[in-house]
Amino acid sequence: MIRGTVLINRDICKGCELCIAACPQDSLGLSDQINRHGYRYVQLVQDNCTGCINCALVCPDCAITVYQEPRAKAKSSAQRVPAL
Amino acid sequence: MESAATTNHMEIVYERPVTLTDTPMHYCPGCGHGVVHRVLMEVINEMGIQDRTVGVAPVGCSVFAYNYMNVDMQEAAHGRASAVATGIKRVLPEKYVYSYQGDGDLAAIGTGETIHTVNRGENILMIFINNAIYGMTGGQMAPTSILGQVTSTTPYGRKSDLNGFPLKITDLVTQLPGAYYVTRQSVHTAAAVRKLKKAIEASFKYQPLKKGTCFIEVVSNCPSGWKMTPIEANAWMEKNMFPLYPIGDLKVPKQN
Repeated sequence: MIRGTVLINRDICKGCELCIAACPQDSLGLSDQINRHGYRYVQLVQDNCTGCINCALVCPDCAITVYQEPRAKAKSSAQRVPAL
Repeated sequence: MESAATTNHMEIVYERPVTLTDTPMHYCPGCGHGVVHRVLMEVINEMGIQDRTVGVAPVGCSVFAYNYMNVDMQEAAHGRASAVATGIKRVLPEKYVYSYQGDGDLAAIGTGETIHTVNRGENILMIFINNAIYGMTGGQMAPTSILGQVTSTTPYGRKSDLNGFPLKITDLVTQLPGAYYVTRQSVHTAAAVRKLKKAIEASFKYQPLKKGTCFIEVVSNCPSGWKMTPIEANAWMEKNMFPLYPIGDLKVPKQN
């Protein structure tokens, strides 16, 4: 399985939970803490992210940066699905 | 921000486009405006037309669009974004020009401008965010509100005998000869966002052909105005708005 991770800008996250619903791996959850605007922000709750970028696509505030491990040599970078 | 130590060996597959400014958006949690802003700016970034694009911001929730979009922007009077975009495109025909309007702007006060802009076949891209409500002013009924929808001015639901029928302005402009590409998209799932991005990309590619107006309706949500959580709002939108506003292309350019 391809591994990835997300980096969430917790200062601009508004906790709308759309990314939680969009995540096929249930990797994301709301934090118990609040950010400086008073919103509970989203964080990784399970380390099983695959870097599928679904969360980043539905994020209205563009708070998510998605990382992914480089894929195996079988697929060259040209064949890889580009970042959308 | 979380520690980046674990991401050292990984590559970035998705990040904020540089054409979107760092200003945090003022939209309510879960609002579709943010997604459309981002997708639009991603397309402009990937096509490398940031310095050749002029946007026209509307009045409504997205009135501060010029704070978030890092391209040349012009604010228009309420409903007149397409008229202002017409003027910009005629003076600067080599620029990529788009107008970005909500349903209270494009389908209510700006109905005349919208129809005549498309009828003249101006070579601009019109983006129309349809969330079936006046979001900024407190959730009043919009022309696009669906029958039975509860808003602050129709507390017992919209009735056709009192409030008229929902205005499907996208279907209206499809009939006009000046329309070149008309499509209706949504932003409620990742797949829908991908499709919207393809539609915006196609519209910008059609613009130098000077064949007519490209019109993209985005069926969006308004969690605050509908008094729902963002997840409930998206489910409500799928159940109630999609039967009236079906997603898909309404007019595609003929293949030569």
